[in-house]
Amino acid sequence: MRINLSSVLVDDQEKALRFYTGTLGFRKKHDVPLGEHRWLTVVSPEDPDGTELVLEPDEHPAVKPFKSALVEDGIPFTSFAVTDVAAEHKRLEALGVRFTQPPVDYGTVITAVFDDTCGNLIQIAQEVPQS
Amino acid sequence: MDDVFRAIADPTRRAILDELVQRGGQTLFEICGRLVMKHGIRSSRQAISQHLEVLEAAGLVVAKKEGRCKFHWFNGKPLKAILERWPTDGRRS
Repeated sequence: MRINLSSVLVDDQEKALRFYTGTLGFRKKHDVPLGEHRWLTVVSPEDPDGTELVLEPDEHPAVKPFKSALVEDGIPFTSFAVTDVAAEHKRLEALGVRFTQPPVDYGTVITAVFDDTCGNLIQIAQEVPQS
Repeated sequence: MDDVFRAIADPTRRAILDELVQRGGQTLFEICGRLVMKHGIRSSRQAISQHLEVLEAAGLVVAKKEGRCKFHWFNGKPLKAILERWPTDGRRS
């Protein structure tokens, strides 16, 4: 068994595609029309055959209260690995991304949290090698 | 003034204030992360949320919603009343 997919629940798939590709820099992998919605996935250009992120509609009535409760407390829905949190923070902020937590250095890991404009907070994390 | 003394009598609540002095405007998630990673305080998010309520009631923490997120700041004003009652030089000016 292996993990090939992971989902984020987004309020608008087209807007999400723009943010996750145009701003974050992922690449579209699958885009299959399924009636009202699409089977829409993106991958990292650093790992095009790796885990796909499904940009999944958040239309189930239970999802919105769940998402807003997480956002109110600043809790990210998921986390992506980066090599330099400070550089990503600078790059994304210049693109207008709103951070709810600027880079914080915890010694073993540096993290930051931003708003994905689709109703989620996302963490970026950089592991700091321990000597 | 009782609520201020009660609020700062607890070591977890003092650690929360320490972290908010370091950086104002933190979410509950960031506060919990800092307490775990920097202070080894592994209380539940719910417990930390209750500590924040005590600090807010004492006026030592101010919480504000910006957009859909709630952020927390330290407010030192209630501590001034302590120094006015017991001045650091031992005399009231």
